[in-house]
Amino acid sequence: MSSRTALPVPVLLSLLTALSLTIVPLPGSLAYARPEWVLMVLVYWGMAFPRRIGIATAFLSGLFLDVLQNHVLGQNALTLAAAMFIVLQIHPRMRVYPVWQQSVVVAFLVAFVLVLNIWILGTTGYPPESALYWLPILTSAVFWPPIYHLLRDTRRRWLLHLT
Amino acid sequence: MVIVLALALMALDHRFYQLQTLRSVLATVAYPLQVAVDTPIRLGTRVLESFSHHEQLVLENRLLRSELLELRARQLRFDAVQAENDRLRTLLHTATQAPERVQIAKLLAVDLDPFRQQIVINKGRRDGVYSGQPVIDAHGVIGQVLSANWTSSTALLISDPGHALPVIVARTGLRSLAEGSGNPRRLHLRHVPPQEDIEAGDLLLTSGLGGRFPADYPVARIVSVEHRPGAPFLAIAAEPLAALDRSREVLLLWTDDSQPEAFREHALE
Repeated sequence: MSSRTALPVPVLLSLLTALSLTIVPLPGSLAYARPEWVLMVLVYWGMAFPRRIGIATAFLSGLFLDVLQNHVLGQNALTLAAAMFIVLQIHPRMRVYPVWQQSVVVAFLVAFVLVLNIWILGTTGYPPESALYWLPILTSAVFWPPIYHLLRDTRRRWLLHLT
Repeated sequence: MVIVLALALMALDHRFYQLQTLRSVLATVAYPLQVAVDTPIRLGTRVLESFSHHEQLVLENRLLRSELLELRARQLRFDAVQAENDRLRTLLHTATQAPERVQIAKLLAVDLDPFRQQIVINKGRRDGVYSGQPVIDAHGVIGQVLSANWTSSTALLISDPGHALPVIVARTGLRSLAEGSGNPRRLHLRHVPPQEDIEAGDLLLTSGLGGRFPADYPVARIVSVEHRPGAPFLAIAAEPLAALDRSREVLLLWTDDSQPEAFREHALE
């Protein structure tokens, strides 16, 4: 039972890498263009192993992200879990899309997460006023193909036995 | 169900401060990750430093030595003035100023939300840091501790749009609030009527009225005062004296009154 519920090591490592990439300091205005690494990694694994990587994983990574970024506890947990719910609904369709079309879906998911985030920021504190807030939609879509190939190779090398 | 859980968490965290322990525990788990991100960057700067020229180091050393001498000389006078001040205050039967203690904390090279002005420092409750504690650098006020975890803490800079600091103008004693603007080089003073005597170049000090910051620490220098016709108040911009976006080390300040102890006891209960 525990081997079924536990996260496979490569998945865990990729999530940790995504979390670190989220807090790596970037010079100046590049920080606004930071892609939503954690969401992208979650989307891939949700798509690949919808029975293992689900809302609970997304919720926990979101909670971790909240602490790392010092947001209200539960903000990213909520938004990532909601995005994961969508991914689980559409994963059979998403799997057969060509990569560029998946990029478009990822862009929509990032936009969805950002909208939820700005609502939460608006009710709990100070919503960002700059249009730069929406830049990650574009950069996440651009970074999706390399992430996809990297994670797919990882899955083929280490996790072939999983479903 | 997860959504309800997340909403409940957010409500609890935002309205009441019940979740401080949960946040601390999670932050302690997250700390190794932050250190892992910070370490290669720190090593990189150290390698660069060790390759810098000998002449440059000698020059820097000389500069620092002359600065130290100058500061020591000033310190001599400061001690005398402090003693005189205490004596005069006892004569006047007013409270003497509490002595203060500082500790150096290093910034961790991690990025938080780019739209908030926050920093992570490598001192936590283990070192006696408490939330609300003032953070300064060699030039002026930086901000205050927002959440103190076991090994690290997050501090809110005075330039955050959600931060307001009670200040006085050193020249005239005019009281005001310095609000952050989201830009680390700008603060705004609100609600100053146009007839007040205030001009560019005036120094702003903490007034000590908020109870968080001790009085008379330099905060910012006013760069522009503008009166728009028809506006009820002046539009005043000030530039923080502390290097908010450039410093690698900050100072944590303890004022030796009973407040932090009381705070900690309260938090322990």
